[in-house]
Amino acid sequence: MVAERALEEAAGQRQAATGSRGLRLRLWAPVASLLALFALWQLTAVIAADPRLMPPPGAVLARLAQEAANGELAHHLAATLARVAASFVIAMAIGTGLGIVMGRSLLADLLGQPWLVFFLNLPALVTIVLAYIWIGLVESAAILAVAMNKIPNVMVTVREGARAIDRSLTEMAEVFAVPRGRVLRHVVLPQLYPYLAAAARSGLALIWKIVLVVELLGRSEGVGFQISVFFQLFDVTGILAYALAFIAIVQLIEWGVLQPVERRLGQWRR
Amino acid sequence: MAALTVDIRGKRFPAVAGAPAKEALGRVAFNVAEGETVALIGPSGCGKTTLLNLAAGLDGQAEGTVCRPAAGRLAYVFQEPRLLPWRTVEDNLRLVLADPSDPQERIGGLLAEVGLLQARHVFASRLSLGMARRVALARGFIVEPGLVLLDEPFASLDAPTARRLRLLLLRLLALHRTAALFVTHDLDEAIMLAHRLVFLSATPGRLVRELRIDLEPAERHDPAAVARKRLEVMGLPEVAGLLELDVEEPGP
Repeated sequence: MVAERALEEAAGQRQAATGSRGLRLRLWAPVASLLALFALWQLTAVIAADPRLMPPPGAVLARLAQEAANGELAHHLAATLARVAASFVIAMAIGTGLGIVMGRSLLADLLGQPWLVFFLNLPALVTIVLAYIWIGLVESAAILAVAMNKIPNVMVTVREGARAIDRSLTEMAEVFAVPRGRVLRHVVLPQLYPYLAAAARSGLALIWKIVLVVELLGRSEGVGFQISVFFQLFDVTGILAYALAFIAIVQLIEWGVLQPVERRLGQWRR
Repeated sequence: MAALTVDIRGKRFPAVAGAPAKEALGRVAFNVAEGETVALIGPSGCGKTTLLNLAAGLDGQAEGTVCRPAAGRLAYVFQEPRLLPWRTVEDNLRLVLADPSDPQERIGGLLAEVGLLQARHVFASRLSLGMARRVALARGFIVEPGLVLLDEPFASLDAPTARRLRLLLLRLLALHRTAALFVTHDLDEAIMLAHRLVFLSATPGRLVRELRIDLEPAERHDPAAVARKRLEVMGLPEVAGLLELDVEEPGP
């Protein structure tokens, strides 16, 4: 007993030490990495010596401030973000459900596999164009097209997670007659969290890129629409300003939502 | 009515992925009375865990029957503790309760019995094997089972920890008046804990001998009395030489 307690205390101290060092590293490493990226950009702009073709970071940031001040940036960002959020929620919900079923049932896996291959290899552009032709140039077509592109990726990731579920724990729950809902919440989902986090992270990155294409092809607001306007005006500064704004937002979601949630769910690990 | 009635005529695992079909069990028939502790003893691979899984309902395919009363819950203390590492000690117990909002005192009381009250809010991932096994025992008894199945619950523990846990199990079984069927390689452990021993042959396991252990509770705590009983058991013609038992030398 005494030995066990001493071991626990030692483990706790070790964790505290690595904890404060880890926190410093978590703060500084991304900042340093980001500054290096901006330095490289600045260098490229100096070498290119053509601000119209390759504007320096300062010019892009100034344009960003100008777009923010006149309200244009917020308007277009909000439209794009709403589409990203709607498509993301739909794709994660449907993809997770189907992925769990395929991972747990051999029959569902065999039946679903050809569909999965078909939709995984269907080009995003084809889905978008068909959705606009069949449904019309409306919001629901745009969101459906984006979700359809992401659902197969979520399914593949979650299916792997469902296949890796520890059978010994589900057997334990079965013997103790734990109700199904409690098994799903406390036994199955915690084992899927790393896979759901991976699907969410790659999903966010993929979805916003597809949303931009959807907006470019058939919407009259949003970051994708603005970029198409800037393209016609050969306005590289505008294109980079809007791209930068959206990358910053996705990064904020990563730092402010995904990482804290992951840390909280993973706090049981040593 | 018995807490468990086993009447198996045979159990066969079909051929899977290139591995040949295997006869796991032969004829095995015995019962476990209410409040009684029965030890299943036999060499490795003789089908002891298969028999426990049949009793637990995890495997329903065998020739014959395994009956438990419909009333009364079942608990299983597995060879590995099978705790949810992402939940605390207390939450691991709460998971198996019929009503998870049961008062904290009941969980606290049982954790105190197994000496883990201080660790109730610790994640199961941070427990030593000995502590995790104690939580698994507590989880077994929190549901107030009519029958508890135990599959070598003290394997791979150092001798003093294993002995402490055996004494703890004796106390819990007496306190909760629970029937128990447990699998072990260790004849001393079986004699210390069980009212009756059931010996199985090498694979496919069939019942070779049943033996009542008529030790007083105080004698079960005495290593010398247990060792004397072991010598007596090993002298039996059906037992001697039949089983490769994992037997320790008697203590001083």
